[in-house]
Amino acid sequence: MKVEIIVTLKNGVLDPQGKAIQQTLNGMNFSEAKDVRQGKYFNIEIDIEDEKKAKLKAEEMCKKLLANLVIEDYKIL
Amino acid sequence: MKSSVIIFPGSNCDRDIDVALRKFGFKNQMVWHNETKMPKSDLIVLPGGFSYGDYLRCGCIASKSKIIKSIIDYASSGGLIIGICNGFQILLETGLLTGALLTNKYLKFICKNVFVKVNNSENKYFKNIKKNVLELHIAHNDGNYFCTDNELKSLEDNNQVAASYCNNNGEIDEENNPNGSIKNIAGIFNKKKNIVGMMPHPERVIEKNLSSKDGSYFFENLLNNMN
Repeated sequence: MKVEIIVTLKNGVLDPQGKAIQQTLNGMNFSEAKDVRQGKYFNIEIDIEDEKKAKLKAEEMCKKLLANLVIEDYKIL
Repeated sequence: MKSSVIIFPGSNCDRDIDVALRKFGFKNQMVWHNETKMPKSDLIVLPGGFSYGDYLRCGCIASKSKIIKSIIDYASSGGLIIGICNGFQILLETGLLTGALLTNKYLKFICKNVFVKVNNSENKYFKNIKKNVLELHIAHNDGNYFCTDNELKSLEDNNQVAASYCNNNGEIDEENNPNGSIKNIAGIFNKKKNIVGMMPHPERVIEKNLSSKDGSYFFENLLNNMN
């Protein structure tokens, strides 16, 4: 089954790219954009039928490779 | 003394460090990342560059290379390891050093000479070094050192901050922090001080006509301390 994962910098970790995007949005008259955090999106085809087991495997992938837990959080959608 | 430089796909300072190590008397060999066993070495260097094109996170893919297990074994037996720039990023991703390197605070690739102050001389790398403020070169996009408050306290309590960005008088302040690193940190040790990771490149400044020769003090001194 397909598993979708989002990795973002933890709250409190400076995200200069998110900040630059926010400032650009503000400059384009999107004054509503108060805070932007940029992240990464992964779409992984996992060769396991059972959803629960596939997500457990995805979690292992996040911890071991996809996210650096010192600075990043992951979310399995 | 035998040194080994590990080459990853995308390393680009491997030849520079090879030249520097030989110049100061090391018998250097190059080791490809796909090897599983380290040849006998008194020093391992993980060079600068852009291993695997900085995909996913800088140094992350390289930290899963076949050779890494053998490097971790070597590290746990007390062997000396230097990680420079991308090599520092790889050491952090392997977990041999604490923390992470984020994108530079002002989102710019920085390529210039900087001054760093040596904070701790009780180790093989900096003991008896001629100068404690060195002019070295940096060239990176992701050199903004980050760690948690607890990790920082532990680094400071154990004297693990190796070098900090400063001015030519050794004053450490925000004005002389090129990339936003916590406490101007330019390099750190592991607890045992056999591993050092640093963003500046000593191998790029080993002769006067390369804009500074302060890198030569680092290599000369290291070799003296190892003999």
